[in-house]
Amino acid sequence: MTVPDGEGSGTWMRPYTVTNGRTHPTTALQLISMVRTTGRVPPERLGGEHARALQLCHFPTSVAEVAAHLRQPVAITKVLLSDLIDSGAVTTRAPSATAHSTDLLEKVLDGLRQRL
Amino acid sequence: MVSANGSDDFPTQFKILIAGGFGAGKTTFVGSTSEIEPLTTEEALTSASVGTDSLEGVENKATTTVAMDFGRITFSLHNLVLYLFGTPGQNRFWFMWDELSRGALGAVVIADTRRLQDCFAAIEFFEQRGIPFLVAVNEFDGSFRYEPDEVRNALDLKANVPVLLCDARDTRSATGVLISLIEHVLSTSQACPA
Ligand SMILES: Nc1nc2c(ncn2[C@@H]2O[C@H](COP(=O)(O)OP(=O)(O)OP(=O)(O)O)[C@@H](O)[C@H]2O)c(=O)[nH]1
Ligand SMILES: [Mg+2]
Repeated sequence: MTVPDGEGSGTWMRPYTVTNGRTHPTTALQLISMVRTTGRVPPERLGGEHARALQLCHFPTSVAEVAAHLRQPVAITKVLLSDLIDSGAVTTRAPSATAHSTDLLEKVLDGLRQRL
Repeated sequence: MVSANGSDDFPTQFKILIAGGFGAGKTTFVGSTSEIEPLTTEEALTSASVGTDSLEGVENKATTTVAMDFGRITFSLHNLVLYLFGTPGQNRFWFMWDELSRGALGAVVIADTRRLQDCFAAIEFFEQRGIPFLVAVNEFDGSFRYEPDEVRNALDLKANVPVLLCDARDTRSATGVLISLIEHVLSTSQACPA
């Protein structure tokens, strides 16, 4: 499940080493910004944590989900993902305010009602 | 290749917050509505509050983390995805709420009838930010039963804020709360168009 187990705790202890101490991403990312691989950069060409991040976004995935699966803090994940965006390995889409249109909300409502 | 707007086959994403006091049933609610096992992310306290690029001392300071759990519901027919974020229950993590609430569609405030006052802070936060919310009264076994109107009075809620009874453990009940929230969002946005 989601709680990091004992042996995995090394990544929690030294999070900033995977970003060389950087704490600010070059691209502004939100928790629900979506990311997806472009397929243009093979993971083998990347360092371990970047490669793992890249492999987590074959399908459109939120920043929060990548962070959870990487077991890295959100801030670290954003730096890793923004590196991948800079190198053309990943593309992103920020949430937009127009998404809250009546039309789309009606669709969300329909979808939820079908789950009852 | 992706087109210039980068939107090709990305789903449109939405976010709802699940708030409430410590132990009110937030994680339970996320779990019973989400299509995936709730996931956890950690936000490091000091990296957010110190705001420096300097490596010096960061490793030592970045030890306090806030866990947030979240779930997901996808509606593939319309290429939409809804994320549900449980907010950290403890008040000392208020700073997290700013990022969490940015762009949120609305919020469910879970009220625990054994400690109604624990959700005052969340209610005040959403009122101040103008984020549409409703109050879901999670009735724990053996706890005092309130009528929705009694909760409304006790929490000093405006007349248009929906108050529902729910069982956070029950998928139908919790999903019904989400439906009511979207209906509430739709009715408030129609009442005062942006
Ligand atoms: N009887 C009953 N128990 C519930 C209900 N909802 C949650 N619980 C239980 O209450 C406890 C706390 O629920 P959580 O979902 O962990 O609460 P939380 O708000 O996430 O708690 P924190 O994250 O620690 O603030 C768990 O043991 C749940 O099983 C409910 O509707 N009825
Ligand atoms: Mg919880």
